[in-house]
Amino acid sequence: MTLRESPAARIGASIAIATGLYGVSFGALSVASGLNFWQTIALSLLLFSGGSQFAFIGVIAGGGTGVAAMSASALLGIRNGVYGMQLNALLRPTGWRRFAAAHVTIDESTATATGQIDPSEQKRGFWVAGLGIYLLWNAFTAAGAFLGDALGDPRQWGLDGAAVAAFLGLLWPRIRAVQPAAIAAVCAVVTLLAVPLVAPGVPILVAAVVAGLIGWFRHGATPAHAPGHVGDGLEPDIEPYRHEGGTPRPARPGPESAGRDRVGSDLPGQARPGQDALGQDALRDGEAP
Amino acid sequence: MTLWIWVLVAAGAAYLTKLLGYLVPARVLSNPRMSRVAGTLTIGLLASLTVVNAAASGTAVVLDARVGALVAAALALWLKAPFLVVVIVGALAAAGLRLLGWP
Repeated sequence: MTLRESPAARIGASIAIATGLYGVSFGALSVASGLNFWQTIALSLLLFSGGSQFAFIGVIAGGGTGVAAMSASALLGIRNGVYGMQLNALLRPTGWRRFAAAHVTIDESTATATGQIDPSEQKRGFWVAGLGIYLLWNAFTAAGAFLGDALGDPRQWGLDGAAVAAFLGLLWPRIRAVQPAAIAAVCAVVTLLAVPLVAPGVPILVAAVVAGLIGWFRHGATPAHAPGHVGDGLEPDIEPYRHEGGTPRPARPGPESAGRDRVGSDLPGQARPGQDALGQDALRDGEAP
Repeated sequence: MTLWIWVLVAAGAAYLTKLLGYLVPARVLSNPRMSRVAGTLTIGLLASLTVVNAAASGTAVVLDARVGALVAAALALWLKAPFLVVVIVGALAAAGLRLLGWP
């Protein structure tokens, strides 16, 4: 099968286009939060994980230190390590490919790969989504950073409000069940209580410790769909493997792909029986189990 | 200049985290407690980042136009607007409220 005929490659390409565009908002918000143009570019090129990038600039925007920004970003990236284990088992990349695969391991490329059944389709989906998002996310980050630099006072344009909306948008798809919503609420309250007491940036780390402890000690308290329930800041509009009533069904195609008859009909969107949460879960809008 | 250092350290930490996943043996990875912590951590951090960006100003909790942005974004998300639209709605709400005289 060629790449053009591959359903997984088509899904990957759709996701790359849909998510790459969000690089605009990252670029603009990053320069508004006090990073310069090249630091913004460096985050997208070298760090390349939307959630972690937003976390970094969010702490800086709040007056936090570089250490706090780095810590929040690193903690938010932990799930990428979990993805790495799963993808390694799935794709078995060797040599230099393993190092390249690690760099483009994010929510979207993982979801695209794990939603496929056929091993070669898993590979195609992973690489097309991963490399496609990498190219577009970086191109649009540069565009956003350039525009943001030219805009002047970010508050006048509501860019600080845009940052708030972006974080809520990243959180939203994860709080569709009671337990994750409770964790989010507890951490929000902890943050509010900590803000007047500690240095800027530290309240986020306090909340992270609380969240980590909840996950460590409360068996079954996890969102069963985390961390596969994605949202990485590179979040797609489309849900390639959306479930309904527990039955996986093919994707609602993105706006740029032509209808589901083209993409969806021959799409192996069914997860294997017994596949873990990551593979079973929808990208977004997935019903809580 | 120091910010540059932390940008690079953050990038290094992100890559090492990803690579580590590819390098550790499979049975270590399948520890359910690890993925549970990764899940709760992600939710907690995002909730905290939302609150800090909406209501913190240095070490003070303030209610300004950003809270309007939070409410507007929640409404947009509830109406299933795509991410980019949600971000724009948040910006418009904050900018609009400031035009009306909110700080």
